[in-house]
Amino acid sequence: MQASIKIPAAPELAYLLRLADTCLISGQRLGEWCGHGPILEEDIALSNMALDLIGQARALLTLAGQRSGQCGGQGYDEDQLAFLRDEGDYRNPTLAELPRGDFAFTILRNLMLSTWLKLMWQRLGESSDAELAAIAGKALKEARYHQQHAADWAVRLGDGSDESRRRCVVALDRLWPYTPELFEDDAVDAAAVAADLGPAWAQLREPWLAEIGEVLGEAKLAVPPAPTFRSSGKSGRHSEHMGYLLAEMQYLQRAYPGGAW
Amino acid sequence: MSDTNSEWPLWEVFVRSKAGLDHKHCGSLHAADARMAVQMARDVYTRRQEGSSVWVVRSDQIIASDPGDKDMYFDPAEDKVYRHPTFYKLPDSVDHM
Repeated sequence: MQASIKIPAAPELAYLLRLADTCLISGQRLGEWCGHGPILEEDIALSNMALDLIGQARALLTLAGQRSGQCGGQGYDEDQLAFLRDEGDYRNPTLAELPRGDFAFTILRNLMLSTWLKLMWQRLGESSDAELAAIAGKALKEARYHQQHAADWAVRLGDGSDESRRRCVVALDRLWPYTPELFEDDAVDAAAVAADLGPAWAQLREPWLAEIGEVLGEAKLAVPPAPTFRSSGKSGRHSEHMGYLLAEMQYLQRAYPGGAW
Repeated sequence: MSDTNSEWPLWEVFVRSKAGLDHKHCGSLHAADARMAVQMARDVYTRRQEGSSVWVVRSDQIIASDPGDKDMYFDPAEDKVYRHPTFYKLPDSVDHM
């Protein structure tokens, strides 16, 4: 059994890992649709998007692994960071790790995350870190398509049949309490802003609400009231679902260290 | 006819490759409307860099020749080799015809 790696407590590294893990964990969740899509074409579309997200995670984890070596810790490669961390060292917001649910739940979460990622990539294109800016330039094209795909489906389902609408309302109510975490700042954000690495997450809130509000309006879905609940995945305190996700995701690398195929 | 609405209409997909000039037929798919059909065509038929442009056409909008007319339509051309422009002497100054 492969032991877990240790991550140095540097804010720049945490900033990269939050973004990388958002891509990695939502890619893992989307991948669960492979072979289970409602129709063949959608099955392929969801798998394509899962692979886009995992590709983004790979680039970011590679960069984070190099930065880890440069800020006093050990250097790591993408696989070590993806598969050999303990749960508390994953920095994705809790929204990304929630079980995939039904198609409406997946579509609405994709809408929330792809809109957020699109806004993030747009701003990271101006990062003082040239490698991060290059990753953002490539990822932005992918996120734009993910957002369009999710928004179109959200409108079809929200303004669709009684059943599709009912499922959207249920999914939106379950997802919305996890959205404030996408826009909360802490010392990690302050350090990223100070170094011109990227935006504080709170800066994405207004444009995100505007874009999501527009899609939900077209889908005839009401924007839920602002939640009081606060999730804390990006600080490493995850929901009960995260352990199961990691057990499945990490199993091969833990059981067969360094395994490649 | 109660089940005519239970299935999405069929669309034919045409993809133009990066270097290509023409859109080539590459398959078909079911989609609720044109916008969905274009997106699905993108996801299903261009995921391995096959294309830089996609057309979709409702399959029921395509008027095809009747397979039963194949003999009458196409066989008479078989022995008309003179319809190929290969029997003309071109001046040397005309290249690449």
